[in-house]
Amino acid sequence: MILHELVSYEFLRVVWWGLLGVLLIGFALTDGFDMGVGALIPFVGKTDVERRIAINTVGPVWEGNQVWFILGGGAIFAAWPPLYAVSFSGFYLAMFVVLAAFIVRPVAFKYRSKREDARWRNAWDWALFASGAVPALLFGVAVGNVIQGVPFHFTDDLHAIYEGAWYAKFIGLLDPFSILAGVVSLAMLVMHGGAWLTLKADGAVQARARAIGSVAALVAVGAYVLAGLWLAFGIEGYRIVGDYTTSGPSNPLHFEVERTGSWLAAYSDRPWIVIAPVMGILGPLLTFLGLRAGREVSTLLFSKMAILGVISSVGLTMFPFIMPSSSDPQSSLTVWNSSSSHLTLFIMLVVTVIFMPLILAYTAWVYRVLWGKVRAEDVTENSHSVY
Amino acid sequence: MEFGIVELSRLQFAMTAMYHFLFVPLTLGLSILVAIMETVYVMTNRPIWRQMTKFWGTLFGINFVLGVATGITMEFQFGMNWSYYSHYVGDIFGAPLAIEGLMAFFLEATFVGLFFFGWDKLSKVQHLVVAWLVAIGSNFSALWILIANGWMQNPVGAAFNPQTMRMEMTDFYAVLFNEVAQAKFVHTVSAGYVTAAVFVLGVSAWYLLRGRHVELARRSITVAAAFGLASAFSVVLLGDESGYNATHSQKMKLAAIEAMWETHPAPAPFNLIGFPDQEARETHYAITIPWAMGLIGTRSLTTEIPGINDLVAQAQDRIRSGIIAYDALMQIREQRDAVDPAVTATFEAHSADLGFAFLLKKYVDDPRQATEAQIVAAANDTVPQVAPLFWAFRIMVALGFGFIATMAYFFWRASFRQMRYPRWALHLAVWMIPAPWIAAEMGWFVAEFGRQPWTVDGVLPTAMSVSALSITEVALTLAGFIAFYTVLFIIEMGLMLKYIRKGPFQDVSETEAWVQRHNDRLAGRRNADAIAMPAE
Repeated sequence: MILHELVSYEFLRVVWWGLLGVLLIGFALTDGFDMGVGALIPFVGKTDVERRIAINTVGPVWEGNQVWFILGGGAIFAAWPPLYAVSFSGFYLAMFVVLAAFIVRPVAFKYRSKREDARWRNAWDWALFASGAVPALLFGVAVGNVIQGVPFHFTDDLHAIYEGAWYAKFIGLLDPFSILAGVVSLAMLVMHGGAWLTLKADGAVQARARAIGSVAALVAVGAYVLAGLWLAFGIEGYRIVGDYTTSGPSNPLHFEVERTGSWLAAYSDRPWIVIAPVMGILGPLLTFLGLRAGREVSTLLFSKMAILGVISSVGLTMFPFIMPSSSDPQSSLTVWNSSSSHLTLFIMLVVTVIFMPLILAYTAWVYRVLWGKVRAEDVTENSHSVY
Repeated sequence: MEFGIVELSRLQFAMTAMYHFLFVPLTLGLSILVAIMETVYVMTNRPIWRQMTKFWGTLFGINFVLGVATGITMEFQFGMNWSYYSHYVGDIFGAPLAIEGLMAFFLEATFVGLFFFGWDKLSKVQHLVVAWLVAIGSNFSALWILIANGWMQNPVGAAFNPQTMRMEMTDFYAVLFNEVAQAKFVHTVSAGYVTAAVFVLGVSAWYLLRGRHVELARRSITVAAAFGLASAFSVVLLGDESGYNATHSQKMKLAAIEAMWETHPAPAPFNLIGFPDQEARETHYAITIPWAMGLIGTRSLTTEIPGINDLVAQAQDRIRSGIIAYDALMQIREQRDAVDPAVTATFEAHSADLGFAFLLKKYVDDPRQATEAQIVAAANDTVPQVAPLFWAFRIMVALGFGFIATMAYFFWRASFRQMRYPRWALHLAVWMIPAPWIAAEMGWFVAEFGRQPWTVDGVLPTAMSVSALSITEVALTLAGFIAFYTVLFIIEMGLMLKYIRKGPFQDVSETEAWVQRHNDRLAGRRNADAIAMPAE
């Protein structure tokens, strides 16, 4: 294989950094509304039929949406092995909680309506609530931790070692800034779920989704702005110092990193990235107005814009850092030191370029087939075939 | 065995993987059987086939969801519990996992929703295409997972990079067309097809025994027996192919399965049955078939198959060579920017054995300080536990031949005896339902337990692959998984049985008129073959 030499290692790394963002955003845009709807189910549906309407708005698509999560895991493994190794083992118990949620959720969707028993169904509804709300919160908490740096270091053999006892590793994730980040994430996805239900449901379910969704939009934008101010005044950023190469071998220990200044220095280095936080602030506000006005398609688009803005603002602000280390800055993972080899990145890019458009095309087709509102009749008349 | 972090992590991985594989084989096979049934429906327009598609589709759905849910654990567990493994081989191993997501998993998961929700929204042909896309997606999924697993068994197309302290891909085609992976893929999906065939056969036999849903059950048996017979042949043939591959890629695993302690002059005999004794390194009361092992393993009468004792002696040599590689690696790391070419040459000459030096890490921090006794101990560690492998393999093979016989019998009755089955055969079919799962789990046990003490054969020892976690953390998640998975299993079995007992959803508006006419015909002509009726 000589072909891969035609594309520079540095370029491939930046592309894969971008694709990492695409996957995370793809996950939040699609599975995000599943989680949001899950978190909303007990509140938007008072009767069994109403809850089933809410569930069936995502019923045919959650499985495909969840693949964004799994593909995210696989792509991090393939393109950023050190990141996969460090983050998944570092956030071990939190990852287990997320896994548990993602295992319960499919089962809850599938099994809830297979028995008539009201207690059975109510229990699964709360399982759906937890499996939506808990990961939504924890994803934000994880991002909050990454922004502040995570306490780990590499040995000379590149074994990743974590500082602190097991309970401190888990409870320690929940510092005030990270909780605030968790609130941003949870509120944003509840807003997204509300926007989805506004589009896919009508009547009482839609009315309640609009009411809760608009509150969530305001919470999201408030918490996001607060987190931005905190970042500006209360949290130190990281910086690579000394000579370094952007196309060298992926070994974090070859780099010198210092904790200094503010993350927001990125905005004077690359002023154009300000577009991300602007979308992150405007998005929820427009979603709020859209929900209030009862607009359906445009509201969902605004909500998507909010998610795009919020997630990309984190990545663009931290670039080239992916996961800094608070206890040993030199071990920090960056775009330049934690990717796969040149050849693997190239092969994975070729595969992605072929399959990603296909995936987007058939996913779009499926959504088109399923276009339209889920109504009470759809649930009651096809009781045996829907959730 | 002392229970440390390595053993706990292994236990958790084995448990979650084997649990995952309770659902996968049925998904692999039933997706295809359902698609076949729907194809017949679209071609003949007979409502009974639509009913069959929907009924088996419902059972497929109940099973599918747990396959997906438990698969997520697998995708994330490498990073959670095996972080050094993830770092060390992620450059190669991660790629097939990600491609699986892109190429296969998206396909099956996106269309499976439409399969269940799209009956009224799609045309007949569109819905059929959706059913086939789900089936193709599931099967492609298995392809990529087995390419990843095949690489752990036979790590081709990769080399160690001293700068990054990990294995890196050098040849993607070699990884893709790894002979071990290809044979394993066909063997594994065939096992899935057999599982689904036995399942459909067993459930249908149960209906026939009770005289319920006779039309659905008889047709289902015909489809299952034909499909199952072909698959059972395939699973045994490709199993044989895997054994042949192991002769050159995983000699130790083959010798352990065979309990072959000493190298035997070619052609070696096959131990049909016996009692392997790990301590004494011999097999008691062995009943052997002359020549058979040589023929299966090498397909020749002249090639020797090395026994365990010789392989241990070879491992000692490789450990010594690995220590040289390790020493060179340490020098390369210190000199980083100005590496002496002589050191690089030494490293490259011995780097294939680097993994063997890592075996010493269990006894000593720096393999270069290892004593002779430690080298001998590490070489002995390369022998997996023989007796469990020996027995698991034999149970799997016996069941495999059992499937061929059962499927052949039912196929013969379906084809030449007017689909009439004696009650004993129907009872046998019902009792046989768990057998393919046992065979599949035994197969994975042989493949993975037989790979020990390595995660990647000859490259990375299991003991080195784990994450730096505390025992408490892994014990907590292990307990969590056990509790969680047990509850899910009870719920799943409960629903499966409920839906089997309930039988197909009676779509009266469609089928009543048809069944009426059909019964009239049967009454008019004794022994009338229901299948051979003209399309309605």
